[in-house]
Amino acid sequence: MSDLTRRTAAQLVDALATGEVTSVELTQAHLDRIAAVDGTADAGIHAFLHVDAEGALAQAAASDERRAAGRVAHALDGVPIAVKDVLTTTGLPTTCGSKILEGWVPPYDATVVARVKAAGLPILGKTNMDEFAMGSSTEHSAYGPTRNPWDLDRIPGGSGGGSAAAVASFQAPLALGTDTGGSIRQPGAVTGTVGVKPTYGGVSRYGLVALANSLDQVGPVTRTVLDSALLHELVGGHDPLDSTSIDRPVGGLVEAARQGATGDLTGLKVGIISELAGDGWQPGVMTRFAESVALLEQAGAEVVEVSCPSFVHAMAAYYLILPAEASSNLAKFDAMRYGLRVLPEGVDAPSAEQVMRASRDVGFGDEVKRRIIIGTYALSSGYYDAYYGQAQKVRTLISRDFAAAYEKVDVLVSPTAPTTAFRLGEKLDDPLAMYLNDLATIPANLAGVPGISVPAGLADEDGLPVGFQVLAPALADDRVYRVGAALEALLEEKWGGALLTQAPELDGAAR
Amino acid sequence: MPARAEISRDEVAHLAELARIDLSDAELDHLAPQLSVILESVASITAVAGDDVPPTSHPIPMTNVFRDDVVRPGLTAEEALSGAPAVEEQRFSVPRILGDEQ
Repeated sequence: MSDLTRRTAAQLVDALATGEVTSVELTQAHLDRIAAVDGTADAGIHAFLHVDAEGALAQAAASDERRAAGRVAHALDGVPIAVKDVLTTTGLPTTCGSKILEGWVPPYDATVVARVKAAGLPILGKTNMDEFAMGSSTEHSAYGPTRNPWDLDRIPGGSGGGSAAAVASFQAPLALGTDTGGSIRQPGAVTGTVGVKPTYGGVSRYGLVALANSLDQVGPVTRTVLDSALLHELVGGHDPLDSTSIDRPVGGLVEAARQGATGDLTGLKVGIISELAGDGWQPGVMTRFAESVALLEQAGAEVVEVSCPSFVHAMAAYYLILPAEASSNLAKFDAMRYGLRVLPEGVDAPSAEQVMRASRDVGFGDEVKRRIIIGTYALSSGYYDAYYGQAQKVRTLISRDFAAAYEKVDVLVSPTAPTTAFRLGEKLDDPLAMYLNDLATIPANLAGVPGISVPAGLADEDGLPVGFQVLAPALADDRVYRVGAALEALLEEKWGGALLTQAPELDGAAR
Repeated sequence: MPARAEISRDEVAHLAELARIDLSDAELDHLAPQLSVILESVASITAVAGDDVPPTSHPIPMTNVFRDDVVRPGLTAEEALSGAPAVEEQRFSVPRILGDEQ
């Protein structure tokens, strides 16, 4: 039964429907895989911060009972899933990769988690992440880094390195992630998996511990484009508990993925973003990108180059807007109502403010402190207009660039990340080098448009995965699925199978 | 005021104070130069957009999002207090909030 973990979620849906397997068998197979390869902070993949074997098996047994009684809750009923540790889950700790929330068990479920539970997907556990989703390598987790299944000495991307590594190493067929500046797409790129950032407001954020409210979006992390579409349709759609949620039904994504998989893109106009190439872009990444573009052309797409001149300022705008919003969001960690409380040393009868300061010093890691301080600076009087105000104007310019581009083309494409996975520790104390990983993914968050990363092959110089990004206009999420699925089908035909079949076996990795 | 692309150790200490984070001397030594580098990299933004460009605070604009005014269940007191560092008489128990001089 070990091959169960190698199947896609769509294949597992069929296997459950025909009675070939039960959800308990499936769930157990994934729990066995987790035990074999996930290990700890010191060895193995370390994709999970918490594994809930008992709960997952109970949910699987309930799913099997429903199926036996003919009351299947959803097509994905019984297919196990992993959840990023930034989404609240009753009965399971939610730490956001931070010491300040160590052991916190939320009293409510995020809406996406509630939808997953109601649909009957057993939750295997919570996945590792950069602290409060700040980072591009998962090294900023207070609980130790996740390792890339392609090379255990390398980063799995971030902030959602745990979710991406879990699906890449066959520990889960599906996972939920969140993408504020690329935290779903960039880990997808460097682990050879698929990740989608939906249109802003397309998926509820109720119960997502906010990093930057105007940028955050929940989305699917999977091994195939079709699986992402299945999960997106399950968790997407209006939620009255999220005031930024778009009030219209989500749909047509699975259909778009199936249509795209036929490999016909006749009539589609594709724009290559001129600004996302050049110095600092790894040659092996650009080679795989160019090959994928050629495949889209062969499939009938018309490809042109499109300039988005304001994109060169996206990084600067992002690293002002994000810290500004984050510094205000994280003010709620005050050591009073939940989370860590630390008493300052050598102070008799400390005040609440002294306790708050001591708790935040001990509870937050370096990157969180850096961003809180930058955000506090950008919002302080005298600098507000020059920094935060300007960043918001640049955001307008970036949205205008997208609007102008989408008058000429249906989708925009670029490599997802400028390089393949770098070594653990390489950029840990060089924040700026770390930030550059998000160069290509950030514009979509600033403008609220949807994007997908699909595997484009392995770079010649290091044999590591490269990601191909497709961006579409707001609310046209179906286009990223159509183009993503077409590229996936054309590439797999060339490779003779999925890219992940070329990944290391990882036997005994947990030891 | 024109933005400066540098931030002093004292300024970092002041900002940490505003953000309610105790930073040790070692942390200030470590973080201050890094923050200067980050600020330098974003300083270019101050000259990008003119007065005629409106700011965007939210990518998909929405206004007046209300829900129906109906009662819906919330957390019980036990649930609300379940993560509290200290609880007393079904309330959050917190350190003193006034200083000696007050």
